[in-house]
Amino acid sequence: MLAFIQQIVSGIATGGIYASLALGLVLIYRAMDVANFAQGEMATFSTFISYSLIEYAHFDFWSAFVVTILVSFGLGVAIERLLIRRFEGAPVLTLLIVTLGLFTIFNGVTGLIWGYVFKAYRGAFPSTPVQFGGLYLNTQDLGVFAVVLVMLLLLYLFFSRTKAGLAMRAASLYPDSSRLLGVRVGWMLALGWGLASTVGAVSGMLVAPIIFLDPNMMQAILLFAFAAAVLGGIESPLGAVIGGVAVGIVMALVGTYIPGGQDLRLAFGLVVIVVVLLVRPAGLFGRAAVKRV
Amino acid sequence: MALLELNDVVAGYGPTTVLHGVSLSVDEGGIVALLGANGAGKTTTLRAISSTVRRTGRVVFDGHDISSHAPENVARLGIAHVPEGRGTLGQLTVWENLQMGAYIRRGGVAKADYDRVCEYFAWIPERRRQVAATLSGGEQQMLAIARALMMRPRMLLLDEPSLGLAPLIVQEIFKIVRAINEQDKVTVLVVEQNASIALQASAHAYVLEVGRVVVSGTSVELQKDEAVRRSYLGY
Amino acid sequence: MRRLPRVRPELLGLAVIGGIVVLGVPTVTNQFVTFEFAKVAIFAIALMGLNLLTGYSGQISLGNGAFMAVGGYTTAILVQRTGIPYWTTIPVAALVAGGFGFVIGIPALRLTGVYLALATFALALSVPPVLNHYDTFTGGHGGIVMPAVLPPFSLDLSQEQWLYYMDSGIALLLFVFAWGVVRSRTGRAFMAIRDSETAATASGISLAYYKTLAFGLSAAYAGVAGSLLAIATSYLNPDTFGLSLSLALLVGVVIGGLGLDFGAVFGSLFVVWLPYYAEKASGLHIGALSFAGKPDIFYGALLIVILFFAPNGAAGLLQRAWRWYLHRRTAVRSPLPEPVAER
Ligand SMILES: Nc1ncnc2c1ncn2[C@@H]1O[C@H](COP(=O)(O)OP(=O)(O)O)[C@@H](O)[C@H]1O
Ligand SMILES: [Mg+2]
Repeated sequence: MLAFIQQIVSGIATGGIYASLALGLVLIYRAMDVANFAQGEMATFSTFISYSLIEYAHFDFWSAFVVTILVSFGLGVAIERLLIRRFEGAPVLTLLIVTLGLFTIFNGVTGLIWGYVFKAYRGAFPSTPVQFGGLYLNTQDLGVFAVVLVMLLLLYLFFSRTKAGLAMRAASLYPDSSRLLGVRVGWMLALGWGLASTVGAVSGMLVAPIIFLDPNMMQAILLFAFAAAVLGGIESPLGAVIGGVAVGIVMALVGTYIPGGQDLRLAFGLVVIVVVLLVRPAGLFGRAAVKRV
Repeated sequence: MALLELNDVVAGYGPTTVLHGVSLSVDEGGIVALLGANGAGKTTTLRAISSTVRRTGRVVFDGHDISSHAPENVARLGIAHVPEGRGTLGQLTVWENLQMGAYIRRGGVAKADYDRVCEYFAWIPERRRQVAATLSGGEQQMLAIARALMMRPRMLLLDEPSLGLAPLIVQEIFKIVRAINEQDKVTVLVVEQNASIALQASAHAYVLEVGRVVVSGTSVELQKDEAVRRSYLGY
Repeated sequence: MRRLPRVRPELLGLAVIGGIVVLGVPTVTNQFVTFEFAKVAIFAIALMGLNLLTGYSGQISLGNGAFMAVGGYTTAILVQRTGIPYWTTIPVAALVAGGFGFVIGIPALRLTGVYLALATFALALSVPPVLNHYDTFTGGHGGIVMPAVLPPFSLDLSQEQWLYYMDSGIALLLFVFAWGVVRSRTGRAFMAIRDSETAATASGISLAYYKTLAFGLSAAYAGVAGSLLAIATSYLNPDTFGLSLSLALLVGVVIGGLGLDFGAVFGSLFVVWLPYYAEKASGLHIGALSFAGKPDIFYGALLIVILFFAPNGAAGLLQRAWRWYLHRRTAVRSPLPEPVAER
């Protein structure tokens, strides 16, 4: 029984990572109805930037963290303004393929600059086990979870309490009406990409200390993040976090209790996505009937 | 003096041209009605002003040539367009709708503006948290006007405020529009199919037919002119 | 009475030249190049399948690499376990992969746009680990080695030449079949669904039937391609069928031209030869960075550039050029109005 609970606890911890990437996906989906396949690779790219800052420019972790966040924000905004904007009004299929193009470009560029050798990445939190009523927790996992919750809170405050957050919601739901009110809708989308890129960078910097840093590190995580986002209703940041935790728990149990479960985890991610979409297409927190035309 | 002037404006959608050279002018401080049958191009004329449709020709507002302005810049100059269908931000609350109205104002919603709007629409304070899509049609129309007022506009473009509303509510809305015009010195260009009420409220009127201005004059003249009323205004 | 369609002499000429080129390639190139062109034929088949699904019926799939895996492993396992002649496994691979695709198509019925993309993306990602897992069948990481293929009837051909002719022949057959499908009732139903599901339903087209059919057909094509790939390389392992294969297919179908017949041919030329030239471009340096062996960056950039400048891909450009040519010809010959475009 204790072992079972232990699995759930570590599932929650990994779930935090899925949740953090899922948050970025949700931000872009809310802004423009598109799943950003490049989300994971952009996060990896950002994480490598922080790696270089720490290893070669001798920044301490938190200064590198801040610089990376700023750079990532600019990167996201630039991608929307320079590239995505040119496909305004294009079919969803086209936009999806553009993000897949970005996926391969970012993956290739990261490999080009930093190579494919796995790198150890020292993160913010030391990895020390803490015992808590017979369960083992890890300070690193706790740190990850704390950061994810802080991000969620900040996003919630941003969308509900700030003028820019409100305008972003209005611009993505009602672009035409928003324009008549003086909102620069294009820039709101760019802001959405900037935020998503930032959130992605944070998740990359959280993941890298746990798995090793390499250009492909986010691909599997992206799949679980998709599953988390879909489970949470793809439009809801809170849903993304709860979905992330749920997926994390399922994967921990699959990995432990199903023979050879480690190999099958990705396939279970697929199963989660498909089952959720079939049984409850709006996810746990999505609004089912809301379909924009 | 003319606050808004359209000179030979041509506009359309895709390959079809809808406006074939519309010229009109709206004097500062007045209420002008734009009348015409369904499909005459009234909505398109308002869209040509707020730059939400492809167009050529000159549009001058307060001395600025806004012919090549983007919609958001037209709005920032002080033109509040309440579009056909009211443009309600349905998933947002009443209060958030008003906040979005004040988007171009520095520092968000000013108390004075909010109080002013609540004088016109007394029901707003108690409904602040209601999701806008759940308001009745009349309330949504009023919210649209309230939202426009939060912009502190110099000019209000209203697209068929009477559409789908009971006569009593239409009366009330037009009363408020006149009050806004007189007390807040907001110039109004109102599009209507309901010609009789629009002519009562306005000082001047234009009649469109298939994308062209066919009649213009003071509202009193148009109301008196039996021929115009029969052939163009249908009452 | 049905009139035979008139074929323009220019087209006939082009077809003859094309035929000569296709037949002649292996006689003037070395073994490596011949083999690469055999792969062009194989990928063309996979792309025809993806084109039927994404180009014609409008369902995006990032998972056709998974169907190729099913076909490839069907062939490899059959040959390894039963020792039957390799060519008899090709139709079996088509059936098994087609059936698999049909089954996948059922949940896909309820998914559109973004969601279908997500689910098929997950499919592409989860195939290699699953293949690794069931290693008693698949040989796991080690993969399966098959006996090399020899030309039949003691033909005087090298192994590469034989593979080239066989794969090109099958590709041609399947091309003709796809051509026919597209112009049949089925093809019209596919396109109606792509253009508007609501309108298609209103005119009595069964979405369930045609959408799953498109998945099944597409997967069968991918299965044949996977089978031929296994036969050509006489070896396969799970990494052959990873995400990058599925992405390459998508790149190919977009670059070739979604929903255009010849798109698959152009697309597969790109997919097969681009990595080669990207590899060759190892002379290309920016400072200390070398682009050797990084076709991905070119893939991605090319994909975006093509979507922007030529959303209909290479086939679309050629089609435009052809129309322009026809237009000029008719304009010079007679002042009569242009005839309504064919197709
Ligand atoms: N979005 C649009 N796309 C294409 N045609 C339109 C569009 N909106 C209006 N039209 C056409 O333009 C003409 C004028 O429409 P509109 O300006 O809405 O007329 P009114 O407001 O006077 O009823 C009509 O023939 C209408 O069909
Ligand atoms: Mg109208």
